[in-house]
Amino acid sequence: MEFAFTEEQEMIRDSAESFLQDVSTSEAVRTAMATEEGFDAELWQKICSDMYWQALHIPEEFGGLGLGYVELAVLFEEMGRRLLCSPFFSTVALGVNALLVAGNEEQKAQWLPQIAEGNLTATLAYTAKNSWDADSITAVAKKEGEGFVLSGQYKYVPDGHTAGLLIVAARDENSSGEESISLFVLPANTAGVSRTWTPTMDQTRKQAEVTLDNVFVESSNLLGVAGKAWSQLEQVTQLAVIAVAAEQAGGARQILDLTVDYTQERVQFGRTIASFQAIKHRAADMMVQVECSKSAVYYAACVAQESLFCNDKAGEQVAEELPVAAALAKSYCSDAYFHCAAEAIQLHGGVGFTWEYDPHLYFKRAKSSETFLGNGAYHREKIAQAIL
Amino acid sequence: MKISFSPEDEQFRQEIAGWLKDNLKGEFEELRHRGGPGDEHMFPEERKIWEQHMAQAGWTCPGWPVEHGGKGLSINQQVIFHEEYARAGGPGHMGHIGEGLAGPTIIAFGTEEQKKRFLPGIVDGTEYWCQGYSEPSAGSDLANVKTKAHFDEASGKWVISGQKVWTSLAHESDWCFVIARTEPGSQGHKGLAFLLVPMKQEGVEVRPIEQLTGTSEFNEVFFDNAVTDADNIVGKPGEGWKIAMALLGFERGVSTLGQQMHFQNELDEIIKVAKENGSSEEPAIRQRIADAWMGLRIMRYNSLRMLSGGADGSLQKEAMIYKLYWATWHANLGKLAMDVLGNESEILDEGPYELNRLQSMYLFTRSDTIYGGTNEIQRNIIAERALGMPKEPKGR
Ligand SMILES: Cc1cc2nc3c(=O)[nH]c(=O)nc-3n(C[C@H](O)[C@H](O)[C@H](O)COP(=O)(O)OP(=O)(O)OC[C@H]3O[C@@H](n4cnc5c(N)ncnc54)[C@H](O)[C@@H]3O)c2cc1C
Repeated sequence: MEFAFTEEQEMIRDSAESFLQDVSTSEAVRTAMATEEGFDAELWQKICSDMYWQALHIPEEFGGLGLGYVELAVLFEEMGRRLLCSPFFSTVALGVNALLVAGNEEQKAQWLPQIAEGNLTATLAYTAKNSWDADSITAVAKKEGEGFVLSGQYKYVPDGHTAGLLIVAARDENSSGEESISLFVLPANTAGVSRTWTPTMDQTRKQAEVTLDNVFVESSNLLGVAGKAWSQLEQVTQLAVIAVAAEQAGGARQILDLTVDYTQERVQFGRTIASFQAIKHRAADMMVQVECSKSAVYYAACVAQESLFCNDKAGEQVAEELPVAAALAKSYCSDAYFHCAAEAIQLHGGVGFTWEYDPHLYFKRAKSSETFLGNGAYHREKIAQAIL
Repeated sequence: MKISFSPEDEQFRQEIAGWLKDNLKGEFEELRHRGGPGDEHMFPEERKIWEQHMAQAGWTCPGWPVEHGGKGLSINQQVIFHEEYARAGGPGHMGHIGEGLAGPTIIAFGTEEQKKRFLPGIVDGTEYWCQGYSEPSAGSDLANVKTKAHFDEASGKWVISGQKVWTSLAHESDWCFVIARTEPGSQGHKGLAFLLVPMKQEGVEVRPIEQLTGTSEFNEVFFDNAVTDADNIVGKPGEGWKIAMALLGFERGVSTLGQQMHFQNELDEIIKVAKENGSSEEPAIRQRIADAWMGLRIMRYNSLRMLSGGADGSLQKEAMIYKLYWATWHANLGKLAMDVLGNESEILDEGPYELNRLQSMYLFTRSDTIYGGTNEIQRNIIAERALGMPKEPKGR
């Protein structure tokens, strides 16, 4: 056991930090978020060709860098700090993870190299309802000849309107619950697929509705075994919420830093407001939550690493912790980020309530990321089920 | 970053778990799960015997270097040791102030003679220590201590006069480390010394203070021309503050992991009660139990980060959150325990005031946010040292 970053991991953090500081400024974020696509295509290409982040945890045999989930969490943390607007989260946390978890060798060989090269973005669509459980999947897959016909609707799909590759869940007709769910991978331009951007309160992360209208896919588009995909989908969402939690930890840390800086400059009653104990103590409480968020994320990332890539018995044991480690990280970081971002607005006073200052960007991201894939209470209930 | 233990470490786990299973029974059976925080007044004599029993097998001070009588365990093995000890219900260490505070301070700052004189007594479980910091007018403002000490040339001894208060386990202790003012007229953290003072002497009087639990774990200690040998000063006169502060750093070391397993036992008990009385079906209680469970896991991750990062013993600024975090968590756990018990939380085991384990835990957690630096002082420290915010204005 060594719960500290290696030198290489620190280097990845440093280079991400300085790169993002330059390219994901407040101005850049505001420009990107005002567009329907939600990201700057040139910057995305730069990330893909210069930084190679999209390939980070794709195994080398599929054209990736073959690094691990801890390195990935470091990237997500730094991206969350800077509210990077890009299809990275959807492509890597949802798309790559889904292919790694559920894809067979041919499917991985078909899609992962394209993602690694930066030619393809991806996302995951499953819920049609205002929830994230198995029952939220209403799209239907019908066996037809050598393939399947898919029909149905998906909501809250991150970058659903821009992604090149869709991974979708669908169920057998008249089934319910966790039974009879299948996962499919299909190019977004397949006939019968339509996508509409959904405007959102947090403009830094785009969502879309996806509709499948009698979409025919070959059986080679089926990921895993027909009707048996729920546990794989669960694993994918568990891996994804660890990425969300990492972004949240980074965002919470950044908003704390911004707030402390601001209070050190603002003078009232003849002294900086940072010298008031009421403000110091609230900043201290924010820091506790920031550090605890990081601890939760780093641990969960170690578990995710074993869950995806373990090759020994000790690793297998760790991998079993994935459901609770993910729920813990998502639950804690969701609440911590919201708390810190809300405090940031309060401690900025009137300027905190303006469009011009940045706290609202973090406050809105905090809420959207809290809601996405289940909020704090939702994940605490999962933990309650595991321990009670 | 890696969180699984190596096969060698797992083998070590078997060894300590096996030893505890074979030894924590018979005459020691009644000590299981006893003597922890809130229960420290229980079985003091029996726990000292247990400590000596552990010492004979070499299990006291296992994290100390071998040359000082420890086992020189790696950080990972210490983690395992503390986990297994608490898992087995190992009783609260009578010697924890010696092992966790006095010993490490002497190892870091003491002379060779002091190490020879004092460390073996701690390792053997034959000499027990208490911490003489707080005074009636020096609580959070510790630098305001008024206890005086001077060196008496005639007898060749330090002579100490003054009053300490809230001194835990003073009544069970052989030695006290005392912060005293050796430079007459000095103020604040200047002019202080760190003295090692024997408790069993005429000039020392210990008066127990009854706590809100109805029991007495801490005391007032009066020094009236108490004496200690010339050699029993750690560092030089005037260096007392530096040493006193370094010692507080040791408080956040690996022993926190043992404390966490103790917390786990408490949480397990709460979960058991919740399942038995059906409160585990109430959504609000489910949320709070899950929250407590998560909070404890995070506490563990925090300390693993702290331990893995600070191999040189230096505390990163992240470590400053540790005390505030666990104290707050534990206070919430205490309240959760009572809310899970419901109406039964009021009912005592026996009159006149016999608290059960969860009740005494609940009441005792009110002190966690006070001793060892109150929550407010912790927040000042975090804001000033970790976040670089301005220092509090001084009133004098
Ligand atoms: C169970 C228990 C065991 C103990 N064991 C020992 C022991 O073995 N040895 C020992 O030396 N001491 C011991 N103590 C003493 C303990 O360290 C002190 O109680 C503690 O440092 C607080 O000091 P005080 O009680 O004088 O409170 P005060 O300092 O008077 O504090 C009262 C209140 O004012 C707040 N306050 C004080 N200063 C500030 C500030 N600058 N900013 C904001 N708020 C402030 C405090 O947070 C607190 O809420 C023990 C205490 C307890 C409860």
